[in-house]
Amino acid sequence: MNDKSSKLIDKKGIRLDGRKADELRPLKLQVGVLSNADGSAYIEHGKNKILAAAFGPREMHPKHLALADRMVLRCRYHMAPFSVQERKSPAPSRREVELSKVIRESLEPALFLELYPRTGVDVFIEVLQADGGTRCASITAAALAIADAGVPMRDLVVACAAGKVDNTIVLDLHDEEDKLGDADVPVAYMPSLDAVTLLQMDGILTPDEFQRAVDMAMNGCKKIYEMQKEALKTKYMVVKDTEEKEEDEEVEE
Amino acid sequence: MPTYFEKKQLVIPGELLAEGDYLPGENTYVDENKIYAQRIGLVDVDNKKVNMVALRAFYVPKVGDIVIGTVAEVGFNGWTVNIKSPYNAMLRASDVLSRPFKPQNDELSAVLSAGDLIVAKIVSYDRSHDPQLTVGEPGLGKITRGQILNVVPTKIPRVIGRKGSMISMIKQETNCQIILGLNGVILVTGKTVEDEELAITVIKKIEQESHTSGLTDRITQMLKENKVNVEEP
Amino acid sequence: MSSLITRVRLKQISQHIENGKRLDERGLHDYRPIKIEQGVIEKAEGSARIYLGKTEVLVGVKVETGEPFPDTPDRGVQTVNAELVPLASPNFEPGPPDENSIELARIVDRGLRESNAIDTAKLCIDAGKKVFVVFVDVYVLNYDGNLIDASALAALAALMNTKLPNYEYKDGELKIKQGFTQLPLKSRPITVTIGKINNQLVIDPQLEEEQVMDSRLSIAINEQGNICAVQKGGSSYFTPQQILEASKLAQAKAAELRKKFDW
Repeated sequence: MNDKSSKLIDKKGIRLDGRKADELRPLKLQVGVLSNADGSAYIEHGKNKILAAAFGPREMHPKHLALADRMVLRCRYHMAPFSVQERKSPAPSRREVELSKVIRESLEPALFLELYPRTGVDVFIEVLQADGGTRCASITAAALAIADAGVPMRDLVVACAAGKVDNTIVLDLHDEEDKLGDADVPVAYMPSLDAVTLLQMDGILTPDEFQRAVDMAMNGCKKIYEMQKEALKTKYMVVKDTEEKEEDEEVEE
Repeated sequence: MPTYFEKKQLVIPGELLAEGDYLPGENTYVDENKIYAQRIGLVDVDNKKVNMVALRAFYVPKVGDIVIGTVAEVGFNGWTVNIKSPYNAMLRASDVLSRPFKPQNDELSAVLSAGDLIVAKIVSYDRSHDPQLTVGEPGLGKITRGQILNVVPTKIPRVIGRKGSMISMIKQETNCQIILGLNGVILVTGKTVEDEELAITVIKKIEQESHTSGLTDRITQMLKENKVNVEEP
Repeated sequence: MSSLITRVRLKQISQHIENGKRLDERGLHDYRPIKIEQGVIEKAEGSARIYLGKTEVLVGVKVETGEPFPDTPDRGVQTVNAELVPLASPNFEPGPPDENSIELARIVDRGLRESNAIDTAKLCIDAGKKVFVVFVDVYVLNYDGNLIDASALAALAALMNTKLPNYEYKDGELKIKQGFTQLPLKSRPITVTIGKINNQLVIDPQLEEEQVMDSRLSIAINEQGNICAVQKGGSSYFTPQQILEASKLAQAKAAELRKKFDW
């Protein structure tokens, strides 16, 4: 992080993009956006634009990667070359390898891995445009894709970051705050089970600030969870709608 | 000890459904005396049991199930069959050939080759072994004609209907033979393409509206109307 | 990174932990014996070897000159790499770094970087053109669990042992002179990893414990007791309460280690 004193928050406590400290960026979530995947989702979180697709459970390829007593979740987090200011090489970077791992480990607690031994679920995440907080937005979308694939889950997983900018703990850092701020704390959370499945931090925070950031991020997660729920139900609501319409018609008859 | 849903409410994974003195039905799980949903589906309670019909699920093999699969690979002493499940099924050469199987003489791909469709029954399956199939019973074997359609496997019981009422009505009204693979694959064979298409349209409607009331009446009506249309010219 | 151990053994371990005991009679919040040797590789600018119980990690630091990053033209460069050397475990295989070694390297890197351990401003030779590049290579020699803490401690010990060559810079030319100066450090972060086994928090999990471990939380702490890097790993979760406990535990253990080594 940078120790330049930058002005990311004005005197009234308003951030560069007009948000208050505990305000989320605008979010848009859509489920079932890719016809070839078993499940899929699209998220716009601030200027982040991310697609996630889930395949399986299916036979593992290569076969020796299958486990005798559980299902294997594989995740690939990948950024499109055009997703950032300077073209990113399409070859997976060390950052992408690490993020693929922590994203996988944030989703695994939500799955009943012991149910389908010897199989695998693949989750592919493509960041089409990055704007700070891509790992969090990726997790939110990936959880929806897995649910949409009909894979049994304990809970949805939803993620959001908090951090420290100009001496203030703020929610959901955008690109500039991420780069110039003092600390970033991404958190993934299963709201029904009150369980944190991803927790990272960089920057410097006092133990008290760290706690406040984690709490603020969890609150952000709870807000995004409501939108996540809504997005998932919207796709399947079609069925419900037909029912209600039909029933109304019957009454009229 | 409440429940937290209305009848046939749409729920998503992780939603709390009931607390205390209830039994977890399909597609639900228990954690510390609370029942949660595992999948997207419609929830209902029947005599203290919380049931959920999943709107999205995949087929998990069960011994005795009739399934329709596609031959994916011809192996050394049998075939690998895709049954639209997390597990591929195996069909042994000895099950198909009536005489003893000799790898040096028998060209397996002459019997069944990749892409062939078969109706088969699952004879064995457990957590550590892939499902084994048999075609050695009446009505099972290679499919040579008809049309295939895929539905969400959880919808098959609705296509069958109460005591088979729905499926017999469709068969009768469309003059089609219909084989329901419990893996969500359905084979429709009729005298004309029109008959087959009608049966498929009807089954798709059932899949779409499987959780609505008065479905049987609407299907009956649909079948009658379409039959009339066909006979009119 | 797992090797197969019997179900009976796994059960034994997790029962032990549930009763507040460890396989080796340690308390739940005790480290195994730690020994650190500095300056073990003469050809490296800095080095340290750590023994954490049976876990053994060697860190070598090489200092070379190179170009700065365009966004920090007046700063030296820090790079951390980790090798899970095949001789360290029957389960380590030769080949390009896998996700485990990449994660290990990035956790060690983050701890040092975010706490500003290396004073990179003092590593600038010619702004925008030439700076010192500090290569920290983590070499795992024997794997018996908790590579993160062992590697982070060894990396810091190696950096504290690192010497920069004296030099003269004139008209774009670098001349190495006699003698050395100490690599300038601004901070000494200590990383503490807390494992969750059967809902108990344990410090310094050894290999067999790692195999029953649900999740881990690695927390880097600087001299002021502030948190400068966190990483959760593993297929399970932490409750908010456990995170609070873990962060307090990390504070206490980091202070203890700092005192022990006089860092």
